[in-house]
Amino acid sequence: MEVIQLLISGTSQGCVYGLIALGFVLIYKATEMVNFAQGDIMMLGAFFAFTYISILEFNFFIALAATIVTMAALGALLERTILRSMIGEPPFSVLMLTIGLGFIIRAVAGAIWGNEPRSIPTPYAGGVLSYREVIVGYENIVIILGTLLICGFLFLFFKFSRLGIAMQAVSQNQLAAYYLGVPVKRIYSLVWALSAIISAVAGILIAPVSLISPLMGFIGIKAFAAAIVGGFGSLPGAIIGGLIIGIVEQFAGLYLPTGFSDVSAYVVLLLMLLIRPQGIFASMQQKKV
Amino acid sequence: MSEMSLSFGGLLAVQRISFDVNNGDVFSIIGPNGAGKSTLINLISRFYDADEGTLQFEGRDITATPPHHIAELGIARTFQNIELFEHETVLQNLLIGKHVYRKTNLVSEFLFTPAVRRQEMAFRKEAEDVIDLLDLQHYRHQVIGNLPYGVRKMVELARALCVKPRLLLLDEPSSGLNPEEKEDLSYWIEDINEELGVTIIMVEHDMNLVLRSSNKVMAMADGRCLAIGLPDDIQSNPEVKRAYLGDF
Repeated sequence: MEVIQLLISGTSQGCVYGLIALGFVLIYKATEMVNFAQGDIMMLGAFFAFTYISILEFNFFIALAATIVTMAALGALLERTILRSMIGEPPFSVLMLTIGLGFIIRAVAGAIWGNEPRSIPTPYAGGVLSYREVIVGYENIVIILGTLLICGFLFLFFKFSRLGIAMQAVSQNQLAAYYLGVPVKRIYSLVWALSAIISAVAGILIAPVSLISPLMGFIGIKAFAAAIVGGFGSLPGAIIGGLIIGIVEQFAGLYLPTGFSDVSAYVVLLLMLLIRPQGIFASMQQKKV
Repeated sequence: MSEMSLSFGGLLAVQRISFDVNNGDVFSIIGPNGAGKSTLINLISRFYDADEGTLQFEGRDITATPPHHIAELGIARTFQNIELFEHETVLQNLLIGKHVYRKTNLVSEFLFTPAVRRQEMAFRKEAEDVIDLLDLQHYRHQVIGNLPYGVRKMVELARALCVKPRLLLLDEPSSGLNPEEKEDLSYWIEDINEELGVTIIMVEHDMNLVLRSSNKVMAMADGRCLAIGLPDDIQSNPEVKRAYLGDF
């Protein structure tokens, strides 16, 4: 029973890592940039939801929709104003820029909302589902269902929609995409918007479990590990990588001495890099020149 | 195109070049390496912004049109170093060529409504016609990464045709092809021009192909236009000979 309990809580934690990892991978695939501010964008999403729910007292679902719209606009704005000019610059510059961006977002969030942890009231808070000795909080179930919903949406989006296919075209060959009529630069903005939406939803999903604070974005580092484990560049890989790290973390927390739980994500990452450096779903290929 | 120029730093890649291509022409651009031929194609396809001069297509000024609107206007192109979607199949590559014609929205796409279905079937039909034209049936479901060079080159041409262009820009279509493939290519260029009524501008090194396919040729050297005229005249033009062979 213990094992099942751990599996479920690990899965729900892993879903959050997976969603943030999705944000990383989406941006990387389309624009070849690694956005180290991804965790902080998640944090911003959680704080906007907090603002809409607790301060402006919107209905939960209206607040959710409002957060999505806000974050989509913010994601696109970040791309347009700050990152657009970095296209074609060395990856290291982009990396430094997004790390700096993360610092700024944390500082601004601290200045606006304060540094003490806060919680977002949700309609499903506090409830539990129990079967024999297994007890699962509603918030964990919502995390898993929410992740499934997002994955389903993304699957349909990339397989059937004109925009989703255009995004894939841009990620595979920008030059060709241009001459088939895909507005590549606008697609960049939309990818950032989509990535910000997914991260924001992750922030809202995790809020009832771990509270929100300007520093919550640091789980983005574990999500980055998850993205690499999954094979940076693969969307299903991001989720699977997240799940692996979430579950390993839970088991390490119970069966290994204190402290191991926190480093387990990086142990998994190192092991993966040793055994299969290209990740589970290898999609990275050497570029021909 | 009139009086177009472009320089990279101190290098004048294209200097005051002007020419007209009539509807139905096969217009070839020849010249030694570094003459500015590909630059010219990249100017026409709006990949580069010209320093001066204007560009018109069907009476419309397209000097400042962004490159992603080029397909919508009815201009398609291929590249010197093949630019395909490497991880997709031949058919998928061709279907992406239909992007500008897709007129559906997210909701109808998710629900796969009859209108979306009809549109997909129409696109598939058109893609199949192109596959038949260029003899790509065997490769329909193969991933680009696994295909030989010559076939990829044809897939790129096929994808350009899927845009249903009125003007097709070919950048060294025969480079890297074997003699047999070159032979096929010259027939296909004829078919595309005559049956589909597509105007063609191509940059080409193979003089046989140029002489056989084109009805108008421009010779370039060092970013300048040496001569424009009928293929045979250009071939015997003394200045063109000098550009290729040096003074003798």
